[in-house]
Amino acid sequence: MSVAFCGLELAHPVINASGTFDLLAADTAFGESLRAEFPFAAFVSKTITLEPRQGNPPPRLWEAPAGLVNSIGLPNKGLEGYLAEDLPMLTELLATMGTNPPRPLITNVMGSTAAEIAQLLSACEERPEIAAVELNVSCPNVKTGLDIGADPAQLQAVVREVRPSLSKPLIVKLTPNTADVAACAAAAEAGGADAVSLINTLRALALSGSGRGDQAGLRTGTPWLGGATGGLSGPSIRPVALAQVAAAARRVSIPVVGMGGVQSAKHARDLLDVGATLVAVGTESFRDPNAGRRIARGLGEGST
Amino acid sequence: MSGSDRPVIDGPLDGTPVGPYTRVQAPAERRRLTVAGMDELGAYHVLRLADPDGPEPQPGQFSMLAAAERWGGGEDERPHVPRAFSVARWQEGEAHYLLEDVGPGTHRLCQLRAGDEVWALGPLGRGFTPPEEGRRAILVGGGVGIAPLAILQDRLMRHDGAYSTVVLLGFRDGAHAQGGSLLSGAQMATDDGMVGHHGLVTDLLARELDEDSSAIVYACGPAPMLEATRSMCAERDVPARLALESGMACGFGACFGCVVPTKDGYVRVCVDGPVIDAQRLEHVDAHAGAPA
Repeated sequence: MSVAFCGLELAHPVINASGTFDLLAADTAFGESLRAEFPFAAFVSKTITLEPRQGNPPPRLWEAPAGLVNSIGLPNKGLEGYLAEDLPMLTELLATMGTNPPRPLITNVMGSTAAEIAQLLSACEERPEIAAVELNVSCPNVKTGLDIGADPAQLQAVVREVRPSLSKPLIVKLTPNTADVAACAAAAEAGGADAVSLINTLRALALSGSGRGDQAGLRTGTPWLGGATGGLSGPSIRPVALAQVAAAARRVSIPVVGMGGVQSAKHARDLLDVGATLVAVGTESFRDPNAGRRIARGLGEGST
Repeated sequence: MSGSDRPVIDGPLDGTPVGPYTRVQAPAERRRLTVAGMDELGAYHVLRLADPDGPEPQPGQFSMLAAAERWGGGEDERPHVPRAFSVARWQEGEAHYLLEDVGPGTHRLCQLRAGDEVWALGPLGRGFTPPEEGRRAILVGGGVGIAPLAILQDRLMRHDGAYSTVVLLGFRDGAHAQGGSLLSGAQMATDDGMVGHHGLVTDLLARELDEDSSAIVYACGPAPMLEATRSMCAERDVPARLALESGMACGFGACFGCVVPTKDGYVRVCVDGPVIDAQRLEHVDAHAGAPA
Protein backbone atom coordinates (compact mmCIF):
# COMPACT_ATOMS: atom_id res chain seq x y z
CA MET A 1 0.00 0.00 0.00
CA SER A 2 3.07 2.28 0.24
CA VAL A 3 3.06 5.20 -2.14
CA ALA A 4 5.65 7.63 -3.50
CA PHE A 5 4.65 11.26 -3.40
CA CYS A 6 7.00 14.06 -4.49
CA GLY A 7 10.02 12.03 -3.40
CA LEU A 8 8.46 11.09 -0.05
CA GLU A 9 7.73 7.45 0.79
CA LEU A 10 4.40 7.12 2.53
CA ALA A 11 3.11 3.95 4.19
CA HIS A 12 -0.34 4.44 2.66
CA PRO A 13 -2.16 7.13 0.64
CA VAL A 14 -4.20 8.71 3.45
CA ILE A 15 -3.19 11.99 5.08
CA ASN A 16 -5.10 14.64 7.01
CA ALA A 17 -6.56 17.77 5.48
CA SER A 18 -4.88 20.89 6.84
CA GLY A 19 -6.66 22.40 9.82
CA THR A 20 -8.70 19.32 10.68
CA PHE A 21 -6.36 17.55 13.08
CA ASP A 22 -4.36 19.26 15.81
CA LEU A 23 -1.71 16.71 16.68
CA LEU A 24 -0.71 18.45 19.91
CA ALA A 25 -4.27 18.72 21.21
CA ALA A 26 -5.02 15.15 20.11
CA ASP A 27 -1.98 13.95 22.03
CA THR A 28 -3.34 15.67 25.13
CA ALA A 29 -6.73 14.02 24.64
CA PHE A 30 -5.58 10.53 23.64
CA GLY A 31 -1.88 10.13 24.46
CA GLU A 32 -0.34 6.73 23.83
CA SER A 33 -3.49 5.38 22.18
CA LEU A 34 -3.03 7.88 19.35
CA ARG A 35 0.73 7.44 19.00
CA ALA A 36 0.42 3.67 18.76
CA GLU A 37 -1.98 3.83 15.82
CA PHE A 38 -1.64 7.24 14.21
CA PRO A 39 -4.20 7.40 11.40
CA PHE A 40 -2.25 9.34 8.77
CA ALA A 41 0.76 8.48 6.59
CA ALA A 42 1.99 12.08 6.82
CA PHE A 43 0.91 14.92 9.06
CA VAL A 44 -0.20 18.26 7.60
CA SER A 45 -0.11 21.22 9.98
CA LYS A 46 -2.84 23.81 10.19
CA THR A 47 -2.21 27.00 8.24
CA ILE A 48 0.67 29.10 9.54
CA THR A 49 0.78 32.83 8.79
CA LEU A 50 3.61 35.33 9.31
CA GLU A 51 1.87 37.04 12.23
CA PRO A 52 -0.12 35.35 15.02
CA ARG A 53 -3.88 35.20 14.49
CA GLN A 54 -6.62 34.84 17.12
CA GLY A 55 -9.09 33.51 14.59
CA ASN A 56 -12.67 34.62 14.08
CA PRO A 57 -15.11 35.48 16.86
CA PRO A 58 -17.53 32.70 17.79
CA PRO A 59 -19.83 31.18 16.84
CA ARG A 60 -17.58 29.37 14.40
CA LEU A 61 -19.65 26.31 13.49
CA TRP A 62 -22.94 25.65 11.76
CA GLU A 63 -24.21 22.16 11.11
CA ALA A 64 -25.45 21.79 7.54
CA PRO A 65 -27.23 18.92 5.80
CA ALA A 66 -24.56 16.18 5.77
CA GLY A 67 -21.82 18.60 6.60
CA LEU A 68 -20.53 21.55 8.48
CA VAL A 69 -19.99 25.23 7.77
CA ASN A 70 -16.99 26.62 9.62
CA SER A 71 -15.57 30.06 10.03
CA ILE A 72 -12.49 29.45 12.14
CA GLY A 73 -10.27 32.17 10.74
CA LEU A 74 -6.93 30.34 10.75
CA PRO A 75 -5.90 30.86 14.39
CA ASN A 76 -2.18 30.18 14.77
CA LYS A 77 0.87 31.35 16.71
CA GLY A 78 2.47 32.95 13.68
CA LEU A 79 5.60 31.74 11.93
CA GLU A 80 7.96 32.52 14.80
CA GLY A 81 5.78 30.81 17.41
CA TYR A 82 5.24 27.80 15.18
CA LEU A 83 8.92 27.30 14.48
CA ALA A 84 10.00 27.87 18.08
CA GLU A 85 7.24 26.03 19.96
CA ASP A 86 5.03 23.79 17.85
CA LEU A 87 7.47 22.41 15.28
CA PRO A 88 9.82 20.83 17.86
CA MET A 89 6.86 19.27 19.68
CA LEU A 90 5.30 17.98 16.46
CA THR A 91 8.62 16.52 15.36
CA GLU A 92 9.13 14.81 18.69
CA LEU A 93 5.63 13.37 18.63
CA LEU A 94 6.00 12.02 15.11
CA ALA A 95 9.29 10.44 16.19
CA THR A 96 7.54 8.51 18.99
CA MET A 97 5.03 6.83 16.71
CA GLY A 98 7.06 3.74 16.00
CA THR A 99 7.84 4.26 12.31
CA ASN A 100 11.37 4.67 11.05
CA PRO A 101 11.82 7.10 9.44
CA PRO A 102 9.06 9.08 11.17
CA ARG A 103 6.00 10.11 9.19
CA PRO A 104 6.75 13.22 7.12
CA LEU A 105 5.62 16.59 8.44
CA ILE A 106 4.04 18.89 5.88
CA THR A 107 3.67 22.52 6.94
CA ASN A 108 0.79 24.51 5.51
CA VAL A 109 1.39 28.25 5.07
CA MET A 110 -0.55 31.24 3.81
CA GLY A 111 0.46 34.78 2.90
CA SER A 112 -1.33 37.67 1.28
CA THR A 113 1.54 38.73 -1.00
CA ALA A 114 4.27 36.88 -2.88
CA ALA A 115 6.84 38.52 -0.60
CA GLU A 116 5.07 37.19 2.51
CA ILE A 117 4.80 33.72 1.01
CA ALA A 118 8.47 33.74 0.02
CA GLN A 119 9.39 34.61 3.59
CA LEU A 120 7.30 31.72 4.91
CA LEU A 121 8.82 29.28 2.41
CA SER A 122 12.37 30.43 3.19
CA ALA A 123 11.78 29.79 6.89
CA CYS A 124 10.47 26.29 6.11
CA GLU A 125 13.44 25.66 3.82
CA GLU A 126 15.80 26.13 6.75
CA ARG A 127 14.13 23.59 9.00
CA PRO A 128 15.02 19.98 8.18
CA GLU A 129 12.06 18.70 10.24
CA ILE A 130 9.73 20.01 7.52
CA ALA A 131 9.49 17.52 4.64
CA ALA A 132 7.27 19.57 2.34
CA VAL A 133 5.17 22.73 2.28
CA GLU A 134 1.54 23.11 1.35
CA LEU A 135 0.62 26.62 0.20
CA ASN A 136 -2.91 27.75 1.03
CA VAL A 137 -3.93 30.15 -1.74
CA SER A 138 -7.44 30.78 -0.42
CA CYS A 139 -6.25 34.15 0.81
CA PRO A 140 -7.40 37.49 -0.57
CA ASN A 141 -4.81 39.47 -2.47
CA VAL A 142 -4.40 42.65 -0.42
CA LYS A 143 -4.61 44.78 -3.56
CA THR A 144 -7.34 43.11 -5.59
CA GLY A 145 -9.37 41.46 -2.81
CA LEU A 146 -9.60 38.34 -4.96
CA ASP A 147 -8.33 35.07 -3.60
CA ILE A 148 -4.81 34.52 -4.90
CA GLY A 149 -5.79 31.04 -5.99
CA ALA A 150 -9.02 32.02 -7.74
CA ASP A 151 -7.38 33.55 -10.81
CA PRO A 152 -5.06 31.31 -12.86
CA ALA A 153 -2.81 34.14 -14.11
CA GLN A 154 -2.34 35.59 -10.66
CA LEU A 155 -1.78 32.14 -9.16
CA GLN A 156 0.84 31.22 -11.74
CA ALA A 157 2.70 34.51 -11.16
CA VAL A 158 2.72 34.09 -7.39
CA VAL A 159 3.85 30.46 -7.45
CA ARG A 160 6.59 31.31 -9.96
CA GLU A 161 7.80 34.19 -7.80
CA VAL A 162 7.96 32.18 -4.55
CA ARG A 163 9.17 28.88 -5.99
CA PRO A 164 12.91 29.70 -5.74
CA SER A 165 12.54 30.10 -1.95
CA LEU A 166 11.88 26.40 -1.43
CA SER A 167 13.78 23.38 -2.71
CA LYS A 168 11.48 20.97 -0.87
CA PRO A 169 8.25 19.75 -2.43
CA LEU A 170 5.69 22.54 -2.82
CA ILE A 171 2.02 21.54 -2.80
CA VAL A 172 -0.49 24.19 -3.82
CA LYS A 173 -3.82 23.83 -2.01
CA LEU A 174 -6.32 25.09 -4.55
CA THR A 175 -9.56 26.90 -3.82
CA PRO A 176 -12.77 25.45 -5.22
CA ASN A 177 -14.33 28.92 -5.26
CA THR A 178 -13.25 29.67 -8.79
CA ALA A 179 -14.63 29.41 -12.32
CA ASP A 180 -12.18 26.81 -13.59
CA VAL A 181 -10.29 24.77 -11.03
CA ALA A 182 -8.47 22.77 -13.71
CA ALA A 183 -7.05 26.00 -15.13
CA CYS A 184 -5.87 26.92 -11.62
CA ALA A 185 -4.23 23.50 -11.24
CA ALA A 186 -2.47 23.98 -14.56
CA ALA A 187 -1.38 27.47 -13.48
CA ALA A 188 0.11 26.08 -10.25
CA GLU A 189 1.98 23.46 -12.26
CA ALA A 190 3.24 26.05 -14.72
CA GLY A 191 4.39 28.21 -11.81
CA GLY A 192 6.49 25.35 -10.50
CA ALA A 193 4.30 23.48 -7.99
CA ASP A 194 5.28 19.86 -7.32
CA ALA A 195 1.70 18.86 -6.51
CA VAL A 196 -1.76 20.31 -6.06
CA SER A 197 -4.29 19.51 -3.35
CA LEU A 198 -8.03 20.05 -3.54
CA ILE A 199 -10.73 20.76 -2.66
CA ASN A 200 -10.73 23.35 0.10
CA THR A 201 -14.11 24.24 1.62
CA LEU A 202 -16.88 25.75 -0.48
CA ARG A 203 -17.83 29.30 0.48
CA ALA A 204 -21.10 29.17 2.38
CA LEU A 205 -23.45 31.29 4.47
CA ALA A 206 -25.66 30.37 7.40
CA LEU A 207 -28.31 32.68 8.81
CA SER A 208 -29.44 33.11 12.37
CA GLY A 209 -32.88 31.73 13.03
CA SER A 210 -33.04 28.95 10.45
CA GLY A 211 -32.91 26.01 12.80
CA ARG A 212 -34.01 24.58 16.12
CA GLY A 213 -32.01 24.48 19.31
CA ASP A 214 -28.94 26.64 19.55
CA GLN A 215 -28.96 27.24 15.83
CA ALA A 216 -32.26 29.06 16.29
CA GLY A 217 -32.67 32.76 16.86
CA LEU A 218 -34.54 35.75 15.59
CA ARG A 219 -35.11 35.77 11.87
CA THR A 220 -32.97 38.75 10.94
CA GLY A 221 -31.29 37.84 7.68
CA THR A 222 -27.99 38.26 9.47
CA PRO A 223 -25.12 35.75 9.43
CA TRP A 224 -24.91 33.19 12.21
CA LEU A 225 -21.14 32.80 12.06
CA GLY A 226 -18.92 35.35 13.77
CA GLY A 227 -16.85 35.57 10.61
CA ALA A 228 -19.99 36.11 8.46
CA THR A 229 -19.33 33.60 5.65
CA GLY A 230 -17.69 30.23 6.17
CA GLY A 231 -16.63 27.12 4.34
CA LEU A 232 -18.76 24.04 3.76
CA SER A 233 -17.17 20.63 4.27
CA GLY A 234 -18.29 17.05 4.85
CA PRO A 235 -20.10 14.48 2.72
CA SER A 236 -22.34 17.11 1.14
CA ILE A 237 -19.37 18.36 -0.92
CA ARG A 238 -18.14 14.92 -2.00
CA PRO A 239 -19.58 14.93 -5.54
CA VAL A 240 -18.17 18.43 -6.10
CA ALA A 241 -14.78 17.26 -4.88
CA LEU A 242 -14.86 14.25 -7.17
CA ALA A 243 -15.61 16.46 -10.19
CA GLN A 244 -12.91 18.99 -9.34
CA VAL A 245 -10.25 16.40 -8.52
CA ALA A 246 -11.02 14.58 -11.77
CA ALA A 247 -10.80 17.82 -13.76
CA ALA A 248 -7.53 18.86 -12.14
CA ALA A 249 -5.96 15.41 -12.51
CA ARG A 250 -6.82 15.32 -16.21
CA ARG A 251 -5.14 18.67 -16.76
CA VAL A 252 -1.83 18.31 -14.87
CA SER A 253 1.00 15.79 -14.81
CA ILE A 254 2.05 16.52 -11.20
CA PRO A 255 0.51 14.50 -8.34
CA VAL A 256 -2.89 15.45 -7.00
CA VAL A 257 -4.03 15.18 -3.37
CA GLY A 258 -7.78 14.68 -3.42
CA MET A 259 -10.13 15.51 -0.59
CA GLY A 260 -13.69 16.52 0.14
CA GLY A 261 -16.23 14.55 2.15
CA VAL A 262 -14.26 11.30 2.29
CA GLN A 263 -15.82 9.01 4.90
CA SER A 264 -14.89 5.53 3.72
CA ALA A 265 -12.38 3.55 1.71
CA LYS A 266 -14.85 3.59 -1.18
CA HIS A 267 -14.87 7.39 -1.23
CA ALA A 268 -11.08 7.43 -1.10
CA ARG A 269 -10.92 4.86 -3.88
CA ASP A 270 -13.17 7.05 -6.04
CA LEU A 271 -10.72 9.94 -5.75
CA LEU A 272 -7.76 7.65 -6.52
CA ASP A 273 -9.66 6.26 -9.50
CA VAL A 274 -10.05 9.72 -11.04
CA GLY A 275 -6.34 10.44 -10.71
CA ALA A 276 -5.48 11.41 -7.14
CA THR A 277 -2.20 10.07 -5.71
CA LEU A 278 -3.11 10.75 -2.10
CA VAL A 279 -6.39 11.26 -0.31
CA ALA A 280 -6.92 13.59 2.64
CA VAL A 281 -9.52 13.13 5.36
CA GLY A 282 -10.93 16.19 7.13
CA THR A 283 -14.41 16.53 8.56
CA GLU A 284 -14.80 12.78 9.06
CA SER A 285 -11.95 12.92 11.58
CA PHE A 286 -14.17 15.21 13.67
CA ARG A 287 -16.68 12.36 13.90
CA ASP A 288 -14.02 9.74 14.54
CA PRO A 289 -10.36 10.58 15.15
CA ASN A 290 -9.48 7.13 13.83
CA ALA A 291 -11.27 7.67 10.49
CA GLY A 292 -8.01 8.00 8.54
CA ARG A 293 -6.75 4.66 9.79
CA ARG A 294 -10.06 2.94 9.09
CA ILE A 295 -10.02 4.31 5.52
CA ALA A 296 -6.36 3.43 4.92
CA ARG A 297 -6.97 -0.08 6.20
CA GLY A 298 -10.00 -0.42 3.92
CA LEU A 299 -7.97 0.68 0.92
CA GLY A 300 -5.27 -1.84 1.77
CA GLU A 301 -7.79 -4.65 2.00
CA GLY A 302 -9.53 -3.56 -1.17
CA SER A 303 -12.76 -3.26 0.79
CA THR A 304 -15.16 -0.39 0.98
CA MET B 1 -32.52 29.90 55.38
CA SER B 2 -30.65 29.37 58.62
CA GLY B 3 -27.45 27.42 58.84
CA SER B 4 -29.03 24.63 60.83
CA ASP B 5 -31.59 23.50 58.22
CA ARG B 6 -29.27 23.78 55.27
CA PRO B 7 -28.80 20.32 53.75
CA VAL B 8 -25.14 19.44 54.10
CA ILE B 9 -23.74 16.19 52.81
CA ASP B 10 -20.54 14.88 54.22
CA GLY B 11 -18.52 12.22 52.49
CA PRO B 12 -18.38 8.79 54.09
CA LEU B 13 -15.19 7.85 55.89
CA ASP B 14 -15.26 4.32 54.52
CA GLY B 15 -12.04 4.46 52.56
CA THR B 16 -13.76 3.88 49.22
CA PRO B 17 -11.13 4.31 46.51
CA VAL B 18 -11.38 7.74 44.94
CA GLY B 19 -11.53 8.04 41.17
CA PRO B 20 -9.30 10.30 39.17
CA TYR B 21 -9.24 14.05 39.69
CA THR B 22 -6.93 14.57 36.75
CA ARG B 23 -7.63 14.41 33.02
CA VAL B 24 -8.34 10.89 31.86
CA GLN B 25 -7.24 10.19 28.29
CA ALA B 26 -9.65 8.56 25.88
CA PRO B 27 -9.01 5.74 23.41
CA ALA B 28 -8.21 7.49 20.09
CA GLU B 29 -11.27 6.19 18.30
CA ARG B 30 -14.99 6.25 18.70
CA ARG B 31 -16.35 3.09 20.31
CA ARG B 32 -19.64 1.36 19.54
CA LEU B 33 -21.51 0.99 22.83
CA THR B 34 -24.87 -0.52 23.66
CA VAL B 35 -27.67 1.40 25.33
CA ALA B 36 -28.36 -0.27 28.68
CA GLY B 37 -31.43 1.84 29.25
CA MET B 38 -33.20 5.14 28.77
CA ASP B 39 -34.94 6.54 31.82
CA GLU B 40 -37.38 9.43 31.89
CA LEU B 41 -36.64 12.07 34.47
CA GLY B 42 -39.28 14.77 34.23
CA ALA B 43 -38.49 16.84 31.14
CA TYR B 44 -35.19 15.01 30.71
CA HIS B 45 -33.96 11.58 29.69
CA VAL B 46 -31.10 9.69 31.28
CA LEU B 47 -29.20 7.68 28.68
CA ARG B 48 -27.35 4.76 30.24
CA LEU B 49 -24.57 3.33 28.10
CA ALA B 50 -22.94 0.03 28.92
CA ASP B 51 -19.22 0.75 28.96
CA PRO B 52 -17.56 -2.05 30.92
CA ASP B 53 -14.15 -1.45 29.32
CA GLY B 54 -14.14 2.34 29.25
CA PRO B 55 -11.91 4.39 31.53
CA GLU B 56 -13.56 6.00 34.55
CA PRO B 57 -13.78 9.71 33.77
CA GLN B 58 -12.68 12.65 35.86
CA PRO B 59 -15.81 14.50 37.05
CA GLY B 60 -16.58 17.22 34.49
CA GLN B 61 -15.25 15.29 31.50
CA PHE B 62 -17.55 14.66 28.56
CA SER B 63 -18.13 12.32 25.64
CA MET B 64 -19.06 12.90 22.02
CA LEU B 65 -22.14 10.79 21.28
CA ALA B 66 -23.93 9.86 18.06
CA ALA B 67 -26.56 7.24 17.34
CA ALA B 68 -24.93 4.40 15.40
CA GLU B 69 -27.99 4.18 13.12
CA ARG B 70 -29.93 7.04 11.52
CA TRP B 71 -27.59 9.81 12.56
CA GLY B 72 -28.64 12.27 9.87
CA GLY B 73 -31.83 12.60 7.94
CA GLY B 74 -33.66 14.41 10.74
CA GLU B 75 -34.75 18.02 10.83
CA ASP B 76 -32.81 19.99 8.15
CA GLU B 77 -31.17 16.66 7.22
CA ARG B 78 -29.22 16.88 10.46
CA PRO B 79 -27.47 15.79 12.66
CA HIS B 80 -24.04 15.17 11.16
CA VAL B 81 -21.42 15.67 13.85
CA PRO B 82 -21.69 13.99 17.26
CA ARG B 83 -22.95 15.88 20.30
CA ALA B 84 -21.03 16.63 23.49
CA PHE B 85 -22.48 15.47 26.83
CA SER B 86 -20.98 15.62 30.29
CA VAL B 87 -20.79 12.29 32.01
CA ALA B 88 -23.46 12.57 34.70
CA ARG B 89 -22.73 9.34 36.52
CA TRP B 90 -20.32 6.45 36.30
CA GLN B 91 -21.33 3.26 38.07
CA GLU B 92 -21.15 -0.47 37.59
CA GLY B 93 -19.86 -0.37 34.04
CA GLU B 94 -22.38 2.21 32.90
CA ALA B 95 -21.92 5.83 31.88
CA HIS B 96 -25.00 8.00 32.36
CA TYR B 97 -25.81 11.12 30.34
CA LEU B 98 -28.57 13.66 30.90
CA LEU B 99 -30.41 14.54 27.68
CA GLU B 100 -32.93 17.21 26.80
CA ASP B 101 -34.61 17.14 23.38
CA VAL B 102 -33.75 20.60 22.05
CA GLY B 103 -32.52 19.94 18.51
CA PRO B 104 -32.08 17.24 15.87
CA GLY B 105 -29.10 15.61 17.59
CA THR B 106 -30.58 15.44 21.07
CA HIS B 107 -33.93 14.45 19.52
CA ARG B 108 -32.40 11.42 17.84
CA LEU B 109 -30.50 10.40 20.96
CA CYS B 110 -33.68 10.67 23.05
CA GLN B 111 -35.32 8.11 20.74
CA LEU B 112 -32.78 5.42 21.67
CA ARG B 113 -33.88 2.42 23.68
CA ALA B 114 -32.11 -0.45 25.43
CA GLY B 115 -30.19 -2.54 22.92
CA ASP B 116 -29.66 0.31 20.44
CA GLU B 117 -26.10 1.33 19.73
CA VAL B 118 -24.19 4.58 20.09
CA TRP B 119 -20.83 5.82 18.86
CA ALA B 120 -19.01 7.28 21.84
CA LEU B 121 -15.69 9.10 22.01
CA GLY B 122 -14.39 9.90 25.45
CA PRO B 123 -13.79 10.78 28.19
CA LEU B 124 -12.61 14.14 26.89
CA GLY B 125 -11.58 17.49 28.26
CA ARG B 126 -10.41 18.86 31.55
CA GLY B 127 -12.75 18.25 34.48
CA PHE B 128 -13.12 19.35 38.08
CA THR B 129 -10.33 19.27 40.62
CA PRO B 130 -11.19 18.67 44.31
CA PRO B 131 -11.76 21.48 46.82
CA GLU B 132 -8.76 22.87 48.65
CA GLU B 133 -8.46 21.75 52.29
CA GLY B 134 -11.09 23.29 54.50
CA ARG B 135 -13.27 24.77 51.78
CA ARG B 136 -16.93 23.84 51.50
CA ALA B 137 -17.92 22.77 47.99
CA ILE B 138 -21.00 24.58 46.68
CA LEU B 139 -22.39 22.94 43.57
CA VAL B 140 -24.51 25.28 41.46
CA GLY B 141 -26.40 23.80 38.54
CA GLY B 142 -28.96 25.04 36.07
CA GLY B 143 -31.11 22.91 33.77
CA VAL B 144 -29.37 20.15 31.88
CA GLY B 145 -26.11 21.62 33.19
CA ILE B 146 -26.61 19.78 36.48
CA ALA B 147 -25.15 16.65 34.82
CA PRO B 148 -21.44 17.06 35.63
CA LEU B 149 -22.29 18.10 39.18
CA ALA B 150 -23.90 14.71 39.82
CA ILE B 151 -20.70 12.77 39.15
CA LEU B 152 -18.78 15.42 41.08
CA GLN B 153 -21.07 14.93 44.07
CA ASP B 154 -20.65 11.15 43.78
CA ARG B 155 -16.89 11.60 43.81
CA LEU B 156 -16.87 14.04 46.70
CA MET B 157 -19.05 11.68 48.72
CA ARG B 158 -16.76 8.75 47.98
CA HIS B 159 -13.78 10.71 49.14
CA ASP B 160 -12.48 9.69 52.53
CA GLY B 161 -11.55 13.30 53.21
CA ALA B 162 -15.22 14.03 54.06
CA TYR B 163 -15.88 17.09 51.95
CA SER B 164 -18.73 19.27 53.10
CA THR B 165 -20.99 19.82 50.12
CA VAL B 166 -23.97 22.07 49.38
CA VAL B 167 -26.05 21.55 46.24
CA LEU B 168 -28.09 24.37 44.67
CA LEU B 169 -30.08 23.64 41.50
CA GLY B 170 -32.24 25.83 39.31
CA PHE B 171 -34.83 24.85 36.71
CA ARG B 172 -37.44 26.61 34.63
CA ASP B 173 -40.44 24.67 35.95
CA GLY B 174 -41.63 21.66 37.88
CA ALA B 175 -41.17 19.14 35.08
CA HIS B 176 -37.56 20.16 34.63
CA ALA B 177 -37.02 20.31 38.39
CA GLN B 178 -37.51 16.54 38.51
CA GLY B 179 -33.99 16.40 37.07
CA GLY B 180 -32.82 17.55 40.48
CA SER B 181 -33.23 14.00 41.79
CA LEU B 182 -30.00 13.20 39.95
CA LEU B 183 -28.22 14.76 42.94
CA SER B 184 -28.97 14.25 46.60
CA GLY B 185 -29.93 16.86 49.16
CA ALA B 186 -30.36 19.68 46.67
CA GLN B 187 -31.90 23.05 47.46
CA MET B 188 -34.06 23.96 44.50
CA ALA B 189 -35.11 27.10 42.70
CA THR B 190 -37.56 27.36 39.80
CA ASP B 191 -38.44 30.22 37.51
CA ASP B 192 -42.17 29.54 37.99
CA GLY B 193 -41.97 28.82 41.71
CA MET B 194 -43.40 25.32 41.38
CA VAL B 195 -40.51 23.79 43.32
CA GLY B 196 -38.36 25.43 45.98
CA HIS B 197 -37.34 29.05 45.82
CA HIS B 198 -39.33 31.13 43.32
CA GLY B 199 -36.45 32.76 41.50
CA LEU B 200 -32.90 32.15 40.45
CA VAL B 201 -30.50 29.56 41.77
CA THR B 202 -27.95 32.34 42.11
CA ASP B 203 -30.25 33.89 44.77
CA LEU B 204 -29.57 30.75 46.80
CA LEU B 205 -25.86 31.04 46.09
CA ALA B 206 -25.80 34.61 47.37
CA ARG B 207 -27.39 33.48 50.64
CA GLU B 208 -24.85 30.70 51.04
CA LEU B 209 -21.93 33.00 50.43
CA ASP B 210 -23.38 35.63 52.76
CA GLU B 211 -23.33 33.05 55.53
CA ASP B 212 -19.93 31.61 54.84
CA SER B 213 -17.65 32.70 52.05
CA SER B 214 -14.91 30.14 52.78
CA ALA B 215 -16.21 27.96 49.98
CA ILE B 216 -15.36 26.88 46.48
CA VAL B 217 -18.06 27.01 43.83
CA TYR B 218 -18.52 24.43 41.09
CA ALA B 219 -21.05 25.53 38.50
CA CYS B 220 -22.57 24.39 35.24
CA GLY B 221 -25.63 25.75 33.49
CA PRO B 222 -26.84 28.35 31.05
CA ALA B 223 -24.53 31.27 30.26
CA PRO B 224 -26.50 33.89 32.25
CA MET B 225 -26.39 31.66 35.35
CA LEU B 226 -22.66 31.08 34.93
CA GLU B 227 -22.04 34.78 34.41
CA ALA B 228 -24.01 35.67 37.56
CA THR B 229 -22.05 33.00 39.44
CA ARG B 230 -18.75 34.23 38.08
CA SER B 231 -19.34 37.88 38.98
CA MET B 232 -20.72 37.03 42.44
CA CYS B 233 -17.68 34.89 43.21
CA ALA B 234 -15.28 37.48 41.80
CA GLU B 235 -16.79 40.20 44.02
CA ARG B 236 -16.43 38.03 47.11
CA ASP B 237 -13.08 36.54 46.21
CA VAL B 238 -14.51 33.02 46.20
CA PRO B 239 -12.80 30.54 43.86
CA ALA B 240 -15.11 29.16 41.20
CA ARG B 241 -14.75 26.47 38.58
CA LEU B 242 -17.17 26.71 35.72
CA ALA B 243 -18.04 23.93 33.29
CA LEU B 244 -18.74 25.70 30.00
CA GLU B 245 -20.72 24.64 26.99
CA SER B 246 -20.06 25.53 23.39
CA GLY B 247 -20.89 24.20 19.95
CA MET B 248 -18.40 21.46 19.11
CA ALA B 249 -17.75 19.33 16.07
CA CYS B 250 -14.95 17.07 17.35
CA GLY B 251 -14.36 17.31 21.11
CA PHE B 252 -10.58 16.82 20.90
CA GLY B 253 -9.17 20.13 19.71
CA ALA B 254 -9.21 19.44 16.00
CA CYS B 255 -11.85 21.81 14.65
CA PHE B 256 -11.22 24.98 16.71
CA GLY B 257 -14.96 25.59 16.60
CA CYS B 258 -15.77 25.73 20.32
CA VAL B 259 -13.66 28.66 21.46
CA VAL B 260 -14.68 31.06 24.21
CA PRO B 261 -12.96 34.36 25.01
CA THR B 262 -10.72 34.47 28.10
CA LYS B 263 -8.34 37.05 29.49
CA ASP B 264 -5.62 35.25 27.48
CA GLY B 265 -7.58 35.15 24.24
CA TYR B 266 -9.73 32.39 22.81
CA VAL B 267 -9.43 28.91 24.30
CA ARG B 268 -11.02 25.70 23.10
CA VAL B 269 -13.69 24.48 25.51
CA CYS B 270 -13.03 20.88 24.49
CA VAL B 271 -9.32 20.68 25.38
CA ASP B 272 -8.67 23.68 27.64
CA GLY B 273 -12.05 23.11 29.34
CA PRO B 274 -14.88 22.41 29.69
CA VAL B 275 -14.01 23.26 33.30
CA ILE B 276 -12.31 26.62 33.45
CA ASP B 277 -11.21 28.61 36.47
CA ALA B 278 -13.57 31.59 36.67
CA GLN B 279 -10.61 33.91 37.21
CA ARG B 280 -9.55 33.29 33.63
CA LEU B 281 -12.78 34.79 32.31
CA GLU B 282 -13.77 38.44 31.91
CA HIS B 283 -17.32 37.24 31.44
CA VAL B 284 -19.20 34.16 30.34
CA ASP B 285 -20.14 34.63 26.71
CA ALA B 286 -23.86 34.26 26.14
CA HIS B 287 -23.34 33.34 22.51
CA ALA B 288 -21.49 30.04 22.63
CA GLY B 289 -24.24 28.18 20.75
CA ALA B 290 -24.14 24.44 20.33
CA PRO B 291 -25.32 22.22 17.48
CA ALA B 292 -28.13 20.69 19.53
